[in-house]
Amino acid sequence: MQQEIFVEEVSTRQNPHVDPGLHFWGWEVPVYLFFGGLVAGLLVLYAAAELTGNRRKLPFSSRWGPFLALPLLGLGLFALFLDLEYKSHVLRFYGTLKLRSPMSWGSWILILVAVAALAPAWQSLCTEGRRRGWAWLRRPAWRNLQRFLNHRRKSMAWLNLSLGVALGIYTGILLSSLAARPVWSSTILGPLFLISGLSTGLALCAWLTRSKLERHFLVRLDLILIAVELLFLSLWLFGLSSGGEAARQAAQLFLGGPYTAVFWTLVVGAGLLVPALLETMAILRRWPETRVGLALILVGGLMLRFVLVDAGQAMGIGG
Amino acid sequence: MPAGVNKRLGMAVNLNRCVGCSACAIACKSENNVPPGRLRRWIHEKTAGRFPDLKMQIWSESCMHCEDAPCVHSCPTGASHVDAATGTVQVHPELCTGCKACMASCPYDARYVHPDGYIDKCTLCVHKLEHGEEAACQSICPTSAIAVGDLDDPTSEISRWLRDRNALVRKPEAGTKPKFFLVE
Amino acid sequence: MSLQNLTRRKFLAIGSVAAGGAALAGYLPGRISLNPDRQAHWPQPTDRMVSTVCEMCFWRCGVQAHLRDGQVTALTGNPAHPLSRGRLCPRGAGGIGNLYDPDRLVKPLIREGERGDERFREAEWDEALDLVADRLQGIADQYGPESLAMFYHGAGGGFFKTLLKALGSPNSAAPSYAQCRGPREVGFELTFGEGLGSPEPLDLAHTHALALIGSHLGENMHNTQVQDFADAVDSGCHLIVVDPRFSVAAGKAEHWLAIRPGTDLALILGWIHLILAEGWEQKAFLAQNAVGLEALRKAVAKYTPEAVFLETGIRSGQLRETARLLAKAAPHALVHPGRHVTWYGDDAQRSRAIAILNALLGNWGQSGGIYLPGQMELKAFPGLPTFPKSKNPADRKAGQYPFAGSVLANGLREATLSGEPYPIKAWLVYGTNLPMVLPNPKQTEEAIHNLDFLVAIDTMPAEITGWADVVLPECTYLERHDDLFAPFYRQPFLALRQPVVDPIGDSKPAWWMAKQLAERMGLGAWFPWQDAEELIEGRLRASGYQDDQIDTLFQKGALSEQETAIYLQDGEDYPFATPSGKIELYSQQLADAGFDPVPVYRRPEMPGQGQFRLLTGRAPVHTFGRTTNNAVLLEHYPENEVWVNPAALRNLGLVNGDRVLLKNQDGAQTGPIRVRATQRIRPDSAFMVHGFGHKARKLRRAVSVGGDDNEVTTRFQVDPLMGGTGMNVNFVTLEKVEV
Repeated sequence: MQQEIFVEEVSTRQNPHVDPGLHFWGWEVPVYLFFGGLVAGLLVLYAAAELTGNRRKLPFSSRWGPFLALPLLGLGLFALFLDLEYKSHVLRFYGTLKLRSPMSWGSWILILVAVAALAPAWQSLCTEGRRRGWAWLRRPAWRNLQRFLNHRRKSMAWLNLSLGVALGIYTGILLSSLAARPVWSSTILGPLFLISGLSTGLALCAWLTRSKLERHFLVRLDLILIAVELLFLSLWLFGLSSGGEAARQAAQLFLGGPYTAVFWTLVVGAGLLVPALLETMAILRRWPETRVGLALILVGGLMLRFVLVDAGQAMGIGG
Repeated sequence: MPAGVNKRLGMAVNLNRCVGCSACAIACKSENNVPPGRLRRWIHEKTAGRFPDLKMQIWSESCMHCEDAPCVHSCPTGASHVDAATGTVQVHPELCTGCKACMASCPYDARYVHPDGYIDKCTLCVHKLEHGEEAACQSICPTSAIAVGDLDDPTSEISRWLRDRNALVRKPEAGTKPKFFLVE
Repeated sequence: MSLQNLTRRKFLAIGSVAAGGAALAGYLPGRISLNPDRQAHWPQPTDRMVSTVCEMCFWRCGVQAHLRDGQVTALTGNPAHPLSRGRLCPRGAGGIGNLYDPDRLVKPLIREGERGDERFREAEWDEALDLVADRLQGIADQYGPESLAMFYHGAGGGFFKTLLKALGSPNSAAPSYAQCRGPREVGFELTFGEGLGSPEPLDLAHTHALALIGSHLGENMHNTQVQDFADAVDSGCHLIVVDPRFSVAAGKAEHWLAIRPGTDLALILGWIHLILAEGWEQKAFLAQNAVGLEALRKAVAKYTPEAVFLETGIRSGQLRETARLLAKAAPHALVHPGRHVTWYGDDAQRSRAIAILNALLGNWGQSGGIYLPGQMELKAFPGLPTFPKSKNPADRKAGQYPFAGSVLANGLREATLSGEPYPIKAWLVYGTNLPMVLPNPKQTEEAIHNLDFLVAIDTMPAEITGWADVVLPECTYLERHDDLFAPFYRQPFLALRQPVVDPIGDSKPAWWMAKQLAERMGLGAWFPWQDAEELIEGRLRASGYQDDQIDTLFQKGALSEQETAIYLQDGEDYPFATPSGKIELYSQQLADAGFDPVPVYRRPEMPGQGQFRLLTGRAPVHTFGRTTNNAVLLEHYPENEVWVNPAALRNLGLVNGDRVLLKNQDGAQTGPIRVRATQRIRPDSAFMVHGFGHKARKLRRAVSVGGDDNEVTTRFQVDPLMGGTGMNVNFVTLEKVEV
């Protein structure tokens, strides 16, 4: 005998983005969260290299990380902007600071990050400019600025480190603060998105660097991050499936429900396990070194956000 | 409404009376000029059991004007706010960016995107209440199933319903302290 | 990736941000007030209000139209009108959707293509009216005035009825009789000597026990009745609902009797038997007011609870308990007589059984029972000539349907088809969409082919207008006067329909069209007033109303008197208008005419294996097919569905949401309709809301949306007493539509 559902619910509500299925956030928000995480990863990596005295070991990450972060942040912000229904009101974000609203302090963090990343990015530009002999850089004003910043490398790094971590965590908290959506309603989403952001940041630098040493170092580090990310993902799913009725239903979305295939193949498989395998085998010199794994980490990071943002809207709490 | 007197307005729907006819939802749209394709009120119908042993409840529903409103907390700009004079949850369209954090945070999915770009929902017709009139949904209701009033005023109809009858709220697990009640 | 590329991208990004920033310069934070005016977005007040009478259904509540800049923005209930008491049903509230429907008829139309093609050319009123008057006159001259027939539903119909009577035709029929509540009127007339009319004089608000048989109050939204029903439920009335479907009312009931459809009469006779067997009837009341109790007792003896169970599927315990609840609450108990009661062809007898059951409960003239309504005086316009003598109506042959109290719409169709008892050559159709109203639509189509002329008067391009030779566009109820309303009610009142806004396009009110035609046909004497306002005032003055009363009526839309004595005093005699002057539990009239003097249950044909009995009903936001093009109402019920029990669906391999065709026993089928799998219906029945599945192409929102039950209502069972058409006798199967 087939299991019957004995409760029928019918609603006459027919609001677009809400009924019959929720989809108030489309592709823009996951893209925004992805770039946010990536930028966080780049800044944390640069700052860590700076603060641990590993600038030479990590030439690309420490010099070009912050530089890359700016346009990537721009792309993320642009995606967020596209998602706004009232685009001409975008500056309303900066009329106030609402401490209970992650969307509010997140929007301030984005501005602070952009400002903070300007300093190291400027330094990178100057270094490059000197190498190429750009004449305008020799003007006294620019030289003074350069000198001023050079004396504050450490504090710049600390600032970028804290803002990077805040940004990474924020991208997760934005979702986890929404208790109405059980898939998101888990505090582990903050650390999870931070780790995932770091992992994608590392992968991007490992991809772009010309230094073999740096790449090998970053890849090894990323393997650790992947392990941590897998741990956090398991904790998240475990937390859901051991939670209340709604949380258990949320877990079911990934454990047999409609998001099972995409989550396990694209996010866990292609996004984490396969790159981990590729990189491990490369380190063990069993398989040749390629950038496929790094690309997969980036794609996996994007997919994680797409799947979670979408799945979060698949169900609410209660009837 | 006299200045300086703050109310705590809420809404109750009488399950014995409500037949789910939608008159409230239609009157709401006329009164508030709600755009086509958007609804501030709707009918929810829940049937449990198996033929012929069935139980059904049907009621009119809207924004619940929660006391601990997640939409207000999640709003980055202060657009979603608690109106001090009435204790209702309101939206300032001129502050709203349309980021939809409030929609994401609402356990009752009571909000929608207004075609002008801001997020909109039930206002409890405070513009009518403050002129001593009833909310559009309440005044049209053929079965007098809707009571809107001050929860702090023990003589209001809603207070009497809540005192004399069995009252419940939707999705109490959301913990938002809704001021929308179903009474029997 | 080279540095140059990166740099260029960065500059592009910076550039775009800068450009965006410039565009947004007008919105700098400095200009944002963090505490905007809380009233800034409050709806603007309306500037004018007009009180009138609703016609979104035929209950006719008082409605107040609120206007802003000449546009109707809201419709609310008129507090001065006893039927609305300041409240409105969803259809009344959504009447704006009818007023501003872009598909409305706004120009007279003259047919260009074949009948049914919906191809017309627009004409001016003079041309259209000349043509109609000329054709009608020609047909009347050739075949006699009785060869003109009129079908109508709605307040304006009276003007055209006058036109036909003035010409000498008795053939005006409202399908609301033979296709709806006619059998109930006959059942009550035979028992109590009077029908119930509309609004029904039922004291629902005060009843202590109420049985609804197929009446789905709450989905059927007659405003006052539902108000009273809610009062009853909320004050703890014992509610018994008999319905094959778990209706909204059933959801509020103490007892839901999920009866096998077609067996209602067995249940009612079973209740009568039980009440008599237990001695629960109101003995003193019956002794004083009724005849035939012993004959009744004998006739119903066979309807034992066991026998009733075998027919109805209702367990004897529940039968007994519900009978007891009704009897215990008597005389403040009521078995609702229903309204749309044309189900199985035994409908007048079933209604009579309900009347008898109410008589046993002694609720005539009692609080919580059937009250005694009053009416305000309203005389005809002074100086109208008497109508010429006419033949008998063509709707039945001599001796047929002896108890019919009104002309049968199906009978007129029959006469049009057969030419018997005499030919019908022209139809005037006012506001009734016959293809979706009369059962077996193929016959309607054939009848139309037999006509020399068909003129349709409507607000919307409904199916019937597509078959017309001339279409006259009527303005909606919010744009016109109609004649005064003076219904029987507990609180007698007069109500006025008056224009709220000017008619859209070239649409015109019915009174104007009828008067114009009458004048062209030399019948102007029956329309001696200049306009409807003069007619209304003339009637009021003739009835002796004073200036202040007339002013009140025009300003408030209603003029009411105090509630009169609506209950009988203890032991007060009531002059029942039956031959015996008493309530006739046994009907000698019926016996003399060769019918059962006490109702007898005969099992109707039951659906076969895999078939469902098709049942229809209403959704609260719609009035048949009249509102299914109304954008305001469609938002709340956009499409009908066919309700089927999941257990039955599983056998068919169908799931909730599948689209199916309904095919009936005669091979007729509906268009695609979605399946609603629900426990709320018996596994042997299928239910759908009537009024969807329009085929008229010019109803752009409604066309092909949902299914039309009338397409599979090819079979109907004619009531031998009064000619009503029982329509719940069609059996359907479901066929999946592959998408």
